[in-house]
Amino acid sequence: MTATPVAAATPFLDPETRAEGGGWLGAVRQAGLDGYRRQGFPTPRHEAWKYTNLSAVGRLAVETPPAVPALTAADLPGDRLLPLDVPRLVFVNGRFSAPLSDLDRLPAGVRAGSLRAVLLTDPGHLRPVLERPQAQEAVATLPLAALNTGFLSDGLVLEIDAGVSVEGPLHIIHLSVPGESATLAHPRGLIRLGAGARATLAVSYSGLPGAPSVINAVTDVVLGEDAHLSHVRLLAEAPEGVHIGAVLATVGARARYDAFTLTLGGRLVRNEIRVLLDGEGAQAHVNGAYAARKGQHIDNTVFVDHAVPNAKSSQLFKGVLDETGRGVFQGKILVRRDAQGTDGQQLHQALLLTPGAEVDIKPELQIYADDVACSHGATAGEMDAEALFYLQSRGIDEETARALLVEAFLEDALTTVADEAVRDALTERVRDWQRGRAQATWNV
Amino acid sequence: MVATQETVETLQDVTGQYKYGFVTDIEAETAPKGLSEDIIRFISARKEEPEWMLEWRLKAYRHWLTLEEPTWAAVTYPVIDYQNIHYYSAPKHKEGPKSLDEVDPELLETYSKLGIPLKEQEILAGVVAVDAVFDSVSVATTYKKKLADMGVIFCPISEAIREHPELVQRYLGSVVPYTDNFFATMNCAVFTDGSFVYIPKGLRCPMELSTYFRINERNTGQFERTLIIADEGSEVSYLEGCTAPQRDENQLHAAVVELIALDNARIKYSTVQNWYPGDAEGRGGIYNFVTKRGACRGVNSRISWTQVETGSAVTWKYPSCLLQGDNSVGEFYSVAITNNAQQADTGTKMIHIGRNTRSRIVSKGIAAGRSDQTYRGLVRMLPKAEGARNHTQCDSLLIGDRCGAHTVPYIESRNPSAKVEHEATTSRISDDQLFYCLQRGLSQEEAVALIVNGFCKEVLQTLPMEFAVEAQKLVGISLEGSVG
Repeated sequence: MTATPVAAATPFLDPETRAEGGGWLGAVRQAGLDGYRRQGFPTPRHEAWKYTNLSAVGRLAVETPPAVPALTAADLPGDRLLPLDVPRLVFVNGRFSAPLSDLDRLPAGVRAGSLRAVLLTDPGHLRPVLERPQAQEAVATLPLAALNTGFLSDGLVLEIDAGVSVEGPLHIIHLSVPGESATLAHPRGLIRLGAGARATLAVSYSGLPGAPSVINAVTDVVLGEDAHLSHVRLLAEAPEGVHIGAVLATVGARARYDAFTLTLGGRLVRNEIRVLLDGEGAQAHVNGAYAARKGQHIDNTVFVDHAVPNAKSSQLFKGVLDETGRGVFQGKILVRRDAQGTDGQQLHQALLLTPGAEVDIKPELQIYADDVACSHGATAGEMDAEALFYLQSRGIDEETARALLVEAFLEDALTTVADEAVRDALTERVRDWQRGRAQATWNV
Repeated sequence: MVATQETVETLQDVTGQYKYGFVTDIEAETAPKGLSEDIIRFISARKEEPEWMLEWRLKAYRHWLTLEEPTWAAVTYPVIDYQNIHYYSAPKHKEGPKSLDEVDPELLETYSKLGIPLKEQEILAGVVAVDAVFDSVSVATTYKKKLADMGVIFCPISEAIREHPELVQRYLGSVVPYTDNFFATMNCAVFTDGSFVYIPKGLRCPMELSTYFRINERNTGQFERTLIIADEGSEVSYLEGCTAPQRDENQLHAAVVELIALDNARIKYSTVQNWYPGDAEGRGGIYNFVTKRGACRGVNSRISWTQVETGSAVTWKYPSCLLQGDNSVGEFYSVAITNNAQQADTGTKMIHIGRNTRSRIVSKGIAAGRSDQTYRGLVRMLPKAEGARNHTQCDSLLIGDRCGAHTVPYIESRNPSAKVEHEATTSRISDDQLFYCLQRGLSQEEAVALIVNGFCKEVLQTLPMEFAVEAQKLVGISLEGSVG
């Protein structure tokens, strides 16, 4: 296949899966492609892309990722978030890899595997997820999520039955193995928790250095009443990697969605999280931390939609910008007309370590109900000279003192991750970053 | 009237093609509807402007043709037909009411609530022209002379274009260029009036300057242009508007205000805007699309914007500061109150260019009824803004469950030593506070006015004293009918 620029979006749909799934699935894909064509490839003239310029990515000539090389569990990255005795699903270049995954350890009531397999066997029961209003809205307003929908063919399906409480985290690993030239993949994840189900997911995205891998991921999260999902993600793509991801979470009554994203790797990352608080008493806590250095661009964009009364949300993001690293945070809280009793908070803090670093922040409140308590805060600045002086006066050298303060700064956000093992693994990754080893160091 | 045969001939020389019907219109002192190069030549000729001014207007007009009306603001209004507007109409003395007895009692009630003296009420209601009031004239004339003696230039901008072309040419458009935005560009092409202020070096202007004293120019047009220059070490406080409700037959207002502060100069610009907001459905209210910008060009200069916005159906306004000089300071204090169907999209831009520049933004928004209000602001720290600081606080208060309050700040920092802090809250009037006031015997409306005044206090305090007192009352009046 010849390489095509990303923005041209010539549909290299998998003919095998395209034929399956009946009329409705074809219609979902078609709606995705139409949505993309209508909106066009994002440019800085799109308000939502004001600070993240994709034009270089759009011009990149890409192919479909190469066939997955034969890998074994020994080839998995050494600096994983979780040990090997945890149930895991591994995706290479957006495709499920059965040999690398370990589904035997999945507890009862949990079904997980490849989206492609489900699309070929029993796609019908995914229909409510793919056709829910939030997914349709994403197709209409997020051009690249629409494109992903157009190419929907493989990725993750994870379903947890009502009332099932999963002990310990599940591990999901996404690997990018570069091809001869740049590649583009559109992995799609569908995560559904039944009423009262509980789970923690530790998700990582990483890649091998080489030709750029462009990942255009969309993850649907649907939480039933009283369900609780802790969704922890590490975005540590290869230095040339581009990661454009959207999470679309629909949160039912009294359910709780805890999202945490630590972004360290990739040349350009756009992490978009949209949460729809869809039932009374729903809660969402969307947090994250990021660190960018030379030439890196990290964008976190969060949209929390308070569609019902008495829902609660909070956002906390902390970012460190080094060298010519650039950080972007766009957070929006929408409180709809009748969403009385809403509690919505948001805070973004950025630490600029060197001249040349840049941060652009757009925290937004859009409020149509009066009985609300909403606030947002944003700060940007350099390291506190007094704190630095204090540490140095205690005999700590400047280098170490700086590293300590950077870690402490990010740790503020990391502490919101409830699972201890995952939190420690993330802290370790932050230290790796400090040591200048942000990208994965594994062998194939 | 100066529309002599000579003017007509000049015009013909300039345009080269003059239609007969047009000449009649000159005599009628009103340009035909629509916007074209001919109209601009006509305006320029009527103002007896020099060639460079006309050229500038035409450049702006040609650029305007390439622009599209902005749609990013969170306001909706019917499509404006820019060719269906008179861009020039000579101020005429209209037949007003003969005495206060003939004036709308509702208007009089508002005046008395604001505590406006009887003589001033007569002026505001149009019973008497300002120049007919003996006191005012003498006061104004005295002040004018006093100011002139000190070297202050305070005159209509059209006069400044003729009398002080070197100053105007140097500074006009230097802060808001003719290419700036749709409405500002249109203003450049067609502005007919406004104020010009020049404060000479080292002078602290001894009185507040206000359009109120700029007699003969009370009928400020819909495309106003204000230019204020504070030379090195000078200081001036300028007041725009008044608390009394103002009705105007022009629905579209697109003003431009430019402030320039040189080394160690200070400019304080206060606005109280209470234009007709339309009926309860917002019909017929004024559209206020204003571009206001100040440049702190010199070291240690300071520009301070204070605004109390209670009127207009649609407000689109972002008084901004370009902090170019080292150690310069920009301030923005704003109270915006919207009720019924009013819409306001307002805020500020603070562009930190120089070292150790500081800015402070305090915005208080109160939305009631079915109104919609947006704070939209930008704080930008450029790479050279070493040690710059910004603190922004925007609070919104919602009264009733049919209104909307939005906050859209943009924060861009490209200097690690620059410190930016932004905080925003949205809430409604606390039930506890309301209950406390009610049980102390205040009526619901009094209680709301009291609480809202407390909410805005930080901003109202920055107004010049005589404005502050009236503004407090205005806050209460603007919210009438929003509770209970």
